[in-house]
Amino acid sequence: MAAEGSIDALGQFQLETSLGALGASVHFTQSNLMMLIAAGLILGLLYFGMRPKAIVPGRLQALAELAYDGVHGMCVDQIGHEGKKFFPFIFTLFTFILLGNLLGLLPFSFTYTSHIAVTFALALTVIVLVTVVALSIHGLHFFSYFFPAGAPKLLAPLIIPVEIISYLSRPVSLSIRLFANMVAGHVMFEVFASFIVMMAAAGSFGMLGAVGPLALNVVLVGFELLVAFLQAYVFSILTCIYLHDAVHLH
Amino acid sequence: MNDDAKNAGQAGTSFEARLAAARTRQGLDPKPLDISKGDTKGPSPMSVGLRVGVELLSALIVGASLGYWLDRWLHTSPMLLSLFVLLGGAGGIANVWRLLGPKPPAH
Repeated sequence: MAAEGSIDALGQFQLETSLGALGASVHFTQSNLMMLIAAGLILGLLYFGMRPKAIVPGRLQALAELAYDGVHGMCVDQIGHEGKKFFPFIFTLFTFILLGNLLGLLPFSFTYTSHIAVTFALALTVIVLVTVVALSIHGLHFFSYFFPAGAPKLLAPLIIPVEIISYLSRPVSLSIRLFANMVAGHVMFEVFASFIVMMAAAGSFGMLGAVGPLALNVVLVGFELLVAFLQAYVFSILTCIYLHDAVHLH
Repeated sequence: MNDDAKNAGQAGTSFEARLAAARTRQGLDPKPLDISKGDTKGPSPMSVGLRVGVELLSALIVGASLGYWLDRWLHTSPMLLSLFVLLGGAGGIANVWRLLGPKPPAH
């Protein structure tokens, strides 16, 4: 990990095959494994959480209801009444990203949201859905989105490309935000953890000094928990905002 | 008390103002926003800065890659790339303006 004066902060994002020879033969990576675990945990939470059907919910049921209610409220608040149609999509997106961020904080685990391939694929799904929804509701009128009403016609050659680029930059900014946050957090973990090992190797005085980065890492775990929730929330609320634009088209 | 009695005879606007002040004091109303930055409910300057950075960068990436691919397609090598980098920068500014600028009235 911390080989003589160098810190390998990015090695943790290396993809490796998992599940032994079977996984290796189909290139099933640890990232895919974590995705399956996340999906299983979400389904398990909803199935086992809601099975008691208690009027006064237990812990698991309260968690499931809280997640459901929270995302449902977000959909209706941001998109409006039509938001209920998109609730399953937003809920899946939110829980999948949240579980990815949270599972990545466990030792020996892997953060699949730290790969731009994953976040960009998610963002691409969002933007394709948004465009399809806008086209199906408004038809060709959708293209008026790229030229705000009341703008001088003379500026059209300038405004339309800028608006198109601005529209196309949505998936990029959506994916970069999530990916960069996760990578930055995990790189910080790695760097400070390397400091602990390096200082501890420098004798008893360094052992005392290693308490500093250790304490910092402990604080960082709490901060990363916040970031995990925040980024999942930001991703899904921005999806809601884009869907609002698609449905109402101002 | 004396102060209140003295002010009681004044116009309705004064009463409204004092009522609003009292409500704010009691925490019944949300605190008035000190900066006119749209709805600054929550986000810290740090996260706003990060969002602005990401918006600027992503629009630039889209503009540059669009220009690059159009150039490769149309064999107009540096022309469209340099044009679309500028347009991408403008798109980034447009994104930031949409993020932080005055919000259009809801309809």
